[in-house]
Amino acid sequence: MQLPFCTQALISLIREVVNLSHTLISLQNITKSFNGEVVIDDLNLNIHENEFITLLGPSGCGKTTMLRIIGGFETPDSGSVIFNGKNIINLPPNKRQLNTVFQKYALFMHMNVAENIAFGLKIKNKSDQYIKDKIKYALNLVNLDGYENRKPDSLSGGQQQRIAIARAIVNEPKVLLLDEPLGALDLKLRQDMQYELIRLKNELGITFIYVTHDQEEALTMSDTIVVMNQGYIQQMGTPEDIYNEPENAFVADFIGESNIIASTMIRDRLVEILGAKFECVDTGFGTNKPVDVVIRPEDIDLVKPSEGTIQGIVTHLIFKGVHYEMEVTANAHEWLVHSTDMFPVGTEVGIHVDPFDIQIMNKPESEDEEAVGVEE
Amino acid sequence: MRRLSELKNKRFLATPYFIWSAAFIIIPLCMVFYYGLTDKSNSFTLENIMSIGSIENFKALILSLALSLVSTLICLLLAYPLAMILNNLNVNQSSFMVLIFILPMWMNFLLRTLAWQTLLEKTGVINSLLNLLHLPTLNIINTPYAIILGMVYNFLPFMILPIYNVLIKIDKNVINAARDLGANGFQTFGKIIFPLSLPGVLSGITMVFVPALTTFVISDLLGGSKILLIGNVIEQEFKQSSNWHAGSGLSLVLMIFIIISMLITEKYDDGGIMS
Repeated sequence: MQLPFCTQALISLIREVVNLSHTLISLQNITKSFNGEVVIDDLNLNIHENEFITLLGPSGCGKTTMLRIIGGFETPDSGSVIFNGKNIINLPPNKRQLNTVFQKYALFMHMNVAENIAFGLKIKNKSDQYIKDKIKYALNLVNLDGYENRKPDSLSGGQQQRIAIARAIVNEPKVLLLDEPLGALDLKLRQDMQYELIRLKNELGITFIYVTHDQEEALTMSDTIVVMNQGYIQQMGTPEDIYNEPENAFVADFIGESNIIASTMIRDRLVEILGAKFECVDTGFGTNKPVDVVIRPEDIDLVKPSEGTIQGIVTHLIFKGVHYEMEVTANAHEWLVHSTDMFPVGTEVGIHVDPFDIQIMNKPESEDEEAVGVEE
Repeated sequence: MRRLSELKNKRFLATPYFIWSAAFIIIPLCMVFYYGLTDKSNSFTLENIMSIGSIENFKALILSLALSLVSTLICLLLAYPLAMILNNLNVNQSSFMVLIFILPMWMNFLLRTLAWQTLLEKTGVINSLLNLLHLPTLNIINTPYAIILGMVYNFLPFMILPIYNVLIKIDKNVINAARDLGANGFQTFGKIIFPLSLPGVLSGITMVFVPALTTFVISDLLGGSKILLIGNVIEQEFKQSSNWHAGSGLSLVLMIFIIISMLITEKYDDGGIMS
């Protein structure tokens, strides 16, 4: 699967050029600290037109601060926010061509639904007929036709959230910022709203910048995921990239469940994991180099002991609905395995992993990075 | 079984309150009604209440209403910006500032008003200072202005605190949302912050207007003997004329005005503090 270097370079160059022409927001060298504590450290990020981009990370990683900087509610210590080619860093929020859907909705409780939605349009002195049409259109878009005269506190959380979205989109922003908008909803509703948001994004054809700490939400909805931790971008890419090829242990651990094992890269396409040699597809790590290996639990095949690369014993078994979750102790390591086949506790099994399911990552360079805490 | 005994215990705990409210609220109120609606021979009459129609009493009532309205308005105009400033401070600063505003309330009300008397007198502290600087003197003692000053000074904290309490509860993101939707600072204040703070404003108005309307100490000390407020008239009926019937009758009239003011504030406060 390895392309010659020059071809790869060409492809990435083409990608750059294509992306450049569509760049809507460009964050350049953004740094922000609160009370001497650095929250965002020299961050660069390009956001493209019609992109659903998700800033994903544990609480305190700087993702919400980033969104507030784009929205104009926070001023960075240094750096610039380029929107459509212009630096908007000194523009107040009311002068920016973007709208925000806030955490916990932030609806105007003293107004009814129609007044809430009309707020931005009335400020802009739109005609009554225009406002009326827009309210009808927006309520239809969020599936809440006929709710004009209801008060926000008579609505459920999901309905309030949809009103907050309607209130933002009637202003026809180029970009919609969403700050953990589904955080307060229960699981079923959250899943429904995820589909609604994808539909909305496609119907409106605008850019969504979405902040969440929920990796599943990010994987479901995004075109691009930006994984952040401690003010840095850890990895940026499509959901498939982030899930299948995490660049470091933090990303691997934060996105989904995984087995992260300290190993040694013997040579190209051969890695030694817990004393056993596994074939893999990665190259370019050098010889006898310590690395971290990521294996997703669903990528581990449990086979007869004689057919496995390593032999072990099933120590835990939990039924999870779609699959069984098992813990297999092999070579003094507890392997997390997801499988639709059930192996009772105490069964001797062999562990087999296909070469392309083994993801090799460089060891973190500093102690700091390794000590990164993961919170889900 | 345990629940039931707990419930009984709790009911028992309320007994002191019932005794208290019966002895010091309900019975006195009944007595005011009794005295107000009877004459010296204990027969029913509306004369006491009608005495509000006499020129002297009516003037006192109108002056009281006017001065307390003006004081309430000044308190509101001073307190709202102050409450907003307090709200924008960080936690440590604001709790210190709130303490500063409450601090005068730790001193006796009478003492504070007496202090103003000393300050405002024709040869008082303020005028001595003005004389020293060859500035024109301030002659407001024994005028309605001095009474308004005393009312505003004494009742200002009762306006600041309820407004401040409402302001700090407004979600910052609601304000951000208004800005986000294109509203400038003035529009955000007019359409969002002020309407949301209305319950605090109304409770502040009640807490300033009612004591200002009924006060007799402030007018007594700062208004001299010439200016009579309805509170002074009632006080005189009780103390100098020993006419409890007329005093109670006028109190009932005043009570009607207080109830009216509360009904008005309640009307503008849908589902807030009063309900």
